[in-house]
Amino acid sequence: MSLELRDIHKSFGSVRANDGVSLTIEAGTLHGLLGENGAGKSTLMKVLSGFISADSGDVFLGGTRLELSSPRDGIEAGIGMLHQDPLVFLPFTVLDNFLLGSPGGARIDRGAGAGALRETCDRFGFTFDPGAPARSLTVGERQQLEIARLLWLGARVLILDEPTTGISATQRTTLFEVLRSLADEGMIVVFVSHKLEEVEELCERVTVMRRGTVVGEAEMPCPAERLVEMMFGRVFTEAELTRSPLGEPMLELDRATLRERALTTSELSVSVRRGEVVGLAGLEGSGQRTLLRAAVGLLEPVSGSVRIGGRDLTGHGYREFLEAGVHYLPAGRLEEGLVSGLTVAEHFLLAGGATGYFIDRGDARRQAETKIADHSIVGTPESTAEALSGGNQQRLLLAMTPPDVRLLLMEHPTRGLDIESADWVWTRLLERREQGTAIVFASADLDELLRYSDRIVVFFSGEVLKILDARESTGEELGHLIGGKELV
Amino acid sequence: MNGRGWAARTAAILVPIALAFAVAIVLLQLGGAPPLEALGLLWDGSVGSGAKVADTLAAWVPLTLAAAGLVVTFAAGLWNIGIEGQIVAGAIAATWVAREAPGPTPVLIPLMLLAGVIGGTLWALLAGVLKTRGGVNEIFGGLGLDFVASGLVIYLIIGPWKRAGIASTSGTDLFRNEAWLPTAGVNNVPAIAIGLTVAAVILVYLLMRGTRFGLRMKAVGRNARSAHLMGIPTERYTLGAFALCGGLAGLAGAIQVSSAFHKLVPSVSGGYGFLGILVVLLAAFRAAWIAPIALFFAAVAVGSTQLSLRLNLDSSLGGVLQGVLVLLVILAGGWQARRSRRARVDPTSREEP
Repeated sequence: MSLELRDIHKSFGSVRANDGVSLTIEAGTLHGLLGENGAGKSTLMKVLSGFISADSGDVFLGGTRLELSSPRDGIEAGIGMLHQDPLVFLPFTVLDNFLLGSPGGARIDRGAGAGALRETCDRFGFTFDPGAPARSLTVGERQQLEIARLLWLGARVLILDEPTTGISATQRTTLFEVLRSLADEGMIVVFVSHKLEEVEELCERVTVMRRGTVVGEAEMPCPAERLVEMMFGRVFTEAELTRSPLGEPMLELDRATLRERALTTSELSVSVRRGEVVGLAGLEGSGQRTLLRAAVGLLEPVSGSVRIGGRDLTGHGYREFLEAGVHYLPAGRLEEGLVSGLTVAEHFLLAGGATGYFIDRGDARRQAETKIADHSIVGTPESTAEALSGGNQQRLLLAMTPPDVRLLLMEHPTRGLDIESADWVWTRLLERREQGTAIVFASADLDELLRYSDRIVVFFSGEVLKILDARESTGEELGHLIGGKELV
Repeated sequence: MNGRGWAARTAAILVPIALAFAVAIVLLQLGGAPPLEALGLLWDGSVGSGAKVADTLAAWVPLTLAAAGLVVTFAAGLWNIGIEGQIVAGAIAATWVAREAPGPTPVLIPLMLLAGVIGGTLWALLAGVLKTRGGVNEIFGGLGLDFVASGLVIYLIIGPWKRAGIASTSGTDLFRNEAWLPTAGVNNVPAIAIGLTVAAVILVYLLMRGTRFGLRMKAVGRNARSAHLMGIPTERYTLGAFALCGGLAGLAGAIQVSSAFHKLVPSVSGGYGFLGILVVLLAAFRAAWIAPIALFFAAVAVGSTQLSLRLNLDSSLGGVLQGVLVLLVILAGGWQARRSRRARVDPTSREEP
């Protein structure tokens, strides 16, 4: 038996998440799907499990074409997906969760279910109490519960989307053993990850995706360098442009301990000077966002201090950071930046900082037209934010950024943008840098980090692993560091 | 809005209205009543005579005031279910002034109306503070405060403000004549109340369309996170929306006691707050649409009382008609939104591709 995906296309608005992906996975092989964040892995797997519908393309399982229009279709075809956050209903008991979604009529045979659950647990060495509330399980145990459930539902294909996020080392070992034995029994197991190390450890064959397409396949073991190169593309290290000298420190974190959700960054000290560009590298959620949020006053350090332009603003509110000339552009352009349903002209009105009670719509329109032309936004003053493409949303956000910003913080400044928009964004950012603005940006794009940063701060699970001089680093070194490995 | 938008919007309202009437006709048929005669009565009972028109307008006033206020809270992303309690609070405050303050009509009436506005505002701010400071969803907080307000009004009517000698839930003593809102003509058209209502609708329209305050309010309502990052003090705007809506609801309450009942009664809100929610949903949250839609709702509500008198039908038919209408309109809107969303972005994806 084999699972075959043929020419899958899926776009979200103007972004092509999957752009003609074809892939064959043989039963009995532990197949890895590797790629950086946003490469299109999750989209592809959601298509495969029926969670979202592809725009075009076909899925074949054992030679039969599957009609996948809902997760139910996926399960009926024998495709089980283990999501990044296990789909567990926390107030329910373990057994109730196990029985959820079970086929058949309204009557549920709890006895048979309990038996099946016990059997699966014994087989794989899972140890949880069927009567316990699901809330009491760790993420790893929830995952085990979900695997048991999918197997009981008759899954012949098991897809695991970034399954090792948030589980312990022991649970990881158990998980890997389970996956190996399932593959040995002839199941199709797809392991989706952006962690090189795990794919190296577990998988027998690996497919690498980048920017919505498959860029290569390899039998494992395979030299890590080759995989890194496939994941991130060719790394260029061009000679830097001439630079004006750096000014006085603009952002200074002094032994700042930051805590957000499960992530702790302890005693972080970093200083960014005027006219300097600092890149933040690391896997998604390794501490980059925490640093940015602390630098703009959205997160108060547990200890240590934050200074902006030499002034200690530790413990001050977000608005005081704004007044001090800090500006933050988060990754979610429509979630944390723009307002869906409001027009471009209205965004300029909101961001303008102008006072007065009344709005002169005619004047607002004229000003919006000027800014639209200045920033080459494809749209009109009446276009709503969500109607703009990702690139134009980013242009709008930059156009809304006050001209006198002294510290600009950005997450993924060019994610999802086409090359032209990405270049435009950086041209604008470098212009601001030349005027003395300090820029700190997080990115998953190694090229971008190496090309535009003066220094790169590499995060790994909350801590700063290393601070690199961008001009003396290579993509290979950076790629390894991001995966938590020093290059020897 | 361009010409096509207006046409689409009008169709989006007229088609469900026709369907709602069709449902009503089927219901009447099933109930054994002659549908055409019933609809005729509905017409006669609402606009058939000068007196009926005056009744309809009297119902239009509180309904439109409530709806105008709700346009503001909806813009700020809030479900102000507490509006019924805010109407009641306005009525209580106005009644207090009517009972306690001396003076002739030109002094007393403005004082009563002002007291109504203040009462409604404070009651609404209570729900607002519960939300912003206490983390209580405004739907639950508002609903709770509705019950508190209706409990309070009954306590006042059978307690401190009871009629001399009798404690009855039929209401307080009638106000003295100076506290009656003056009306115009033989049919007692509530001209002042209508004038105030028109002014309120225009105020809300201009506020939402032409002021920075309205624009920021919309930004907070549509995306509080983005608004916060833009430096807008979101909490202040949430409270502002509550205060405005509560003020208009309180004004409606004050008009109810000084014009419709001339006393405080337990059912002083008349359900106009909840009905106002339906009006705003039907108007797609736009201030410009609420006046005509509220007029239609008021006519149906007033006209349906005729059905019980003449055909021995329950007057709740009017409510059924309104409810079916709103469901159909929302359904139509939902279909449209679903279609356009399908065409654009798949909603199930959480990944940023």
